[in-house]
Amino acid sequence: MSLWVDKYRPRSLEDLHYHPELSARLRSLAGSGDFPHMLFYGPSGAGKKTRVACVLRELFGAGAEKLKIEQRVFLTPSKRKLDVNVVMSNYHLELTPSDVGTYDRQVIQEILKEIAQTQQVDLNAKQRFKVVVINEADQLSRDAQAALRRTMEKYMSNLRIILVANSTSKLIAPIKSRCLLVRVAAPTPEEMESVLAYVAKKERFDLPPEVASGIVAEATGNLRRALLVLEALKMQHPDLNAEKLEIAKPDWETYCTKVADLIVAEQSAQRILDVRAKLYELISHCIPPSLIIKTLADRVVEQVDEALKADIMHWAAFYEHRMRQGNKKIFHLEAWVVKVMSIYKHFMFDIDLTGFDE
Amino acid sequence: MQSFLKPPKQQPKHAVDPALQPWIEKYRPKTMDDISAQEHTVQVLKKTLGSNNLPHMLFYGPPGTGKTSTILALSRQLFGPELFRSRVLELNASDERGISVVREKIKNFARQTPRAADAEASRGYPCPPYKIIILDEADSMTQDAQAALRRVMETYAKITRFCLVCNYVTRIIEPLASRCSKFRFHTLDASSNRTRLEYVAHAEGVAVTPSVVDALISTSDGDLRRSITYLQSAHRLSASTTPPGEIQARDIQEIAGVIPDAVVNRFAGSLGVEGEDVDMDAKKGGYDGVRKAVQELVMGGYSAMQVLSQLHDIVILHPLLSGRQKSRCALIFAEVDKNLSDGADEELQLLDMGLRVWKALR
Repeated sequence: MSLWVDKYRPRSLEDLHYHPELSARLRSLAGSGDFPHMLFYGPSGAGKKTRVACVLRELFGAGAEKLKIEQRVFLTPSKRKLDVNVVMSNYHLELTPSDVGTYDRQVIQEILKEIAQTQQVDLNAKQRFKVVVINEADQLSRDAQAALRRTMEKYMSNLRIILVANSTSKLIAPIKSRCLLVRVAAPTPEEMESVLAYVAKKERFDLPPEVASGIVAEATGNLRRALLVLEALKMQHPDLNAEKLEIAKPDWETYCTKVADLIVAEQSAQRILDVRAKLYELISHCIPPSLIIKTLADRVVEQVDEALKADIMHWAAFYEHRMRQGNKKIFHLEAWVVKVMSIYKHFMFDIDLTGFDE
Repeated sequence: MQSFLKPPKQQPKHAVDPALQPWIEKYRPKTMDDISAQEHTVQVLKKTLGSNNLPHMLFYGPPGTGKTSTILALSRQLFGPELFRSRVLELNASDERGISVVREKIKNFARQTPRAADAEASRGYPCPPYKIIILDEADSMTQDAQAALRRVMETYAKITRFCLVCNYVTRIIEPLASRCSKFRFHTLDASSNRTRLEYVAHAEGVAVTPSVVDALISTSDGDLRRSITYLQSAHRLSASTTPPGEIQARDIQEIAGVIPDAVVNRFAGSLGVEGEDVDMDAKKGGYDGVRKAVQELVMGGYSAMQVLSQLHDIVILHPLLSGRQKSRCALIFAEVDKNLSDGADEELQLLDMGLRVWKALR
């Protein structure tokens, strides 16, 4: 019994529901025998990995789906041992560099060289090369990316690399210029609704259009999330037609809304303490701080005057940036809260708080 | 029994089907004469071919200008394909290049006296009595490793020449830089870029229209490698459709990750930048308008850096904005670019940039 997200994940390029042009391109590339290095990028939940899996299947046939997990040990220059789990089939291998932290360069170098120097053993294999899929490629350190550069050119004969990233901004130019860039945009609301309807049909229940559009509006282009919400909803209310349905938001989002309400309702030292406790709560539940600040800012902005919106967003961006450079996330979250309160109070009561800014 | 004694069939070691080779490797210049642009450097280096004397060298310049190609072509012309393997050591960032490698691998290679050239192998090549060590992407070597090179370079100068290749000459420590004669590789101008692209396209039998070549040149900023890769990718795409289509300038932009003009113009319009094909209703969107435009971009999967650079071009070249407005925008762009390269959240930064530009232009 698997989740619907996995159960109805398209297995081949024909089954993909949206971006038909992209699928046609991928199919013809996979068939042409002249397969380049590729870089898939797009927002999360848009279907990048699904497409990569489909391409692998198109390249190698069903054998690419027989996965095994292997534990590999790497030795860093400082003689520290690193255990890395590598997901692999006979034809490809998947790496997630964030698993290895700062030693990603060594792992990339060793694994790629090893793959590159061994030829495909299986004589029946459709392709002469193997594929290395690197997930979250935008998390690779600069060093690791530099290490990829020549390797990608040198071992082109028996190695292809597929990079998967959320954005190309953090990839160095030499890597981008060596790959075929494939943009996977988020599905449009109509496309998402059609996917939801498809899943509902397969699961044999009736999905009223209003519920579908409600879910899609919540999911903001993230199909994975839409499907998860749909499944949760179906579990809670077996009959989707009957009552007025409330589409459940994730807990942390409702919690963020509450915090935003607190900020707008009162601005005082005591309130900062309350908010602080709540922020700690969120962080200790492993919600990424940058997501917290983003959601909070969104919620606060909904409730304030037009003149304040731009400022609040500006400071959110400012403190989010500081947060990346700094060490302790909570400081910057708090700083933002205080800033917002100060701006708000300044605006509402027209109190001169210029001295406070410094 | 006979079959055992027979020498095993000679298999070509790296049997790469030339059709599958990346064009950048296939059309890498084989001789110094093939190198596009860089007349000055080529001229100086050609003299060394005749005089058998080569200084330590430091090649620097932006990517895709032919640094690695030049040194490879030079050493091939010096030693010929046979001796190339024993006389040239090429190390790049994909090899481990810490201080230990400098101490062992590089030093050992540098120490060996080159064997007397085999008369047959060296026929037709000058084959000077020294070896060459190429340190590609030398700016990614650590300071310590560079420091360890200093003495090695001097001690074995008689039998080994070094060639450092890098993008940023400032990252090479001063003592190393002063031991080398420096060659700057400048960005390729449009005309030599065009000649080379047309040559490759012709050799591959790909039909390209001038507009496609223009798109290639403008998207690649003088980086020849990039434009050739784009050309190959575009060719792959167009050839693999049935029936094989022609390459469109639009394809090149999609491959290069350039955002379609219509999308950027619409975004610019919602920030209050007046354009030709922008309906001015979008301008009055205020906060919500900007927010919606940003969300559209993020959902489309476009990279924030790309948005920034294209928006920058629109604003700076805009005919109607005042100098003051432009400079305000330039300040904002610079700040956001810094934040983005620090790894800040793309959506927030884009939103912040949008709102501030919108304010600045009001």
